[in-house]
Amino acid sequence: MRGMRSMLYIPGNAPGMIQNAAVFGADMVMIDLEDAVALSEKDAARDITAGFLRHYDFGDLPVVVRINGADTPFFEEDLEAIVPLKPFAIRLPKCQDPSDVLLADSRMTEIEKRHGMSGGLVPIHAMLESARGIENAYAIATASSRVTALTLGGQDLTADMGIQKTRDGWELFYARSRVVMAAKAAGIAAFDTVWTDFNDPEGLFREARQIVELGFTGKAAIHPSQVEVIHRAFRPDAKEVRKAERIVAAAAEAERQGRGVVAVDGKMVDAPIIVRARHLISLAGLYGMEGGEAQ
Amino acid sequence: MVELVLRMAQAGTLESADCLVTVVPAEEFRLDYRGVNRKLFGERTRKLVMETLERTGFSGMQVTIQDQGALELVIRARLETALRRAVGEV
Repeated sequence: MRGMRSMLYIPGNAPGMIQNAAVFGADMVMIDLEDAVALSEKDAARDITAGFLRHYDFGDLPVVVRINGADTPFFEEDLEAIVPLKPFAIRLPKCQDPSDVLLADSRMTEIEKRHGMSGGLVPIHAMLESARGIENAYAIATASSRVTALTLGGQDLTADMGIQKTRDGWELFYARSRVVMAAKAAGIAAFDTVWTDFNDPEGLFREARQIVELGFTGKAAIHPSQVEVIHRAFRPDAKEVRKAERIVAAAAEAERQGRGVVAVDGKMVDAPIIVRARHLISLAGLYGMEGGEAQ
Repeated sequence: MVELVLRMAQAGTLESADCLVTVVPAEEFRLDYRGVNRKLFGERTRKLVMETLERTGFSGMQVTIQDQGALELVIRARLETALRRAVGEV
């Protein structure tokens, strides 16, 4: 299983950081053409990012590009320059309703056709950063088959709501739950927002644990030091892993014996539990946990 | 009708692993390549710059590069940005 627990933002106008992207150990990097780049440098960041995608070997590190929103003069040129280079995905900011996804989708299809790529190749990670976006979460998640992840933009969302983002994060509870639920219902990934205080890794860990428990499959990082903290938060409990192994073994045994019912520790265990157990074992494999299978 | 003009332009930074590229319209091509890698990569850089100018249709350009240890692809990208910025509307 390829981990998708952490995604590290890297400013698109910082070649030194981009070339060292793999060193930071994140599961994915997101080269940012949007908020991390000054207006006067949008063209430069685009050229640098395109140059790296075209010529640099990132190995098996997935590289996503966050482009500028459709409400900016940079949207079209960003797509034009980046889509033909087949990034792992385009992170699309400020998705308010399905039409925002469909607009990007049709532009991308047209670009792909023009470049002889079969349509629908480059996925979209849709950012929900406003009240409308959150309310339209499921519709956005299912607007196009390109959408493979929903992600929460907490800074912009709290600003849109006219509230503060607090250390506890309670104000984002509904938004987070809605994003996760919509993503699960659509069968796609759910990524949480960034923790902006890099002098408070404890706070980051607490938040990351919370969002793992809510069902998020990944969390964005804005500083390399946050990657390890996020990975720690996603690490499954050793006892849970051993139990998952017993469940999967019991399921295999039941199948061998032609039994429809699986029992573990005297309790009946049905299909969703077995699926969850398999997933947990895959996740454990990322941490080299004993008995876990690395794939 | 839009009239285009060539002017001096710049792209990049002096950060480590980056370079600062300045282009000035001139009678003919000239390259001034400065930085720690001058001796090691002078020839490579000249080739890269000439190839980029030819590909983008620019001929008379005085190009100055202050190299802080940039990869070739970075020098190329910064030069492309500078050249695009050099084209302005009257």
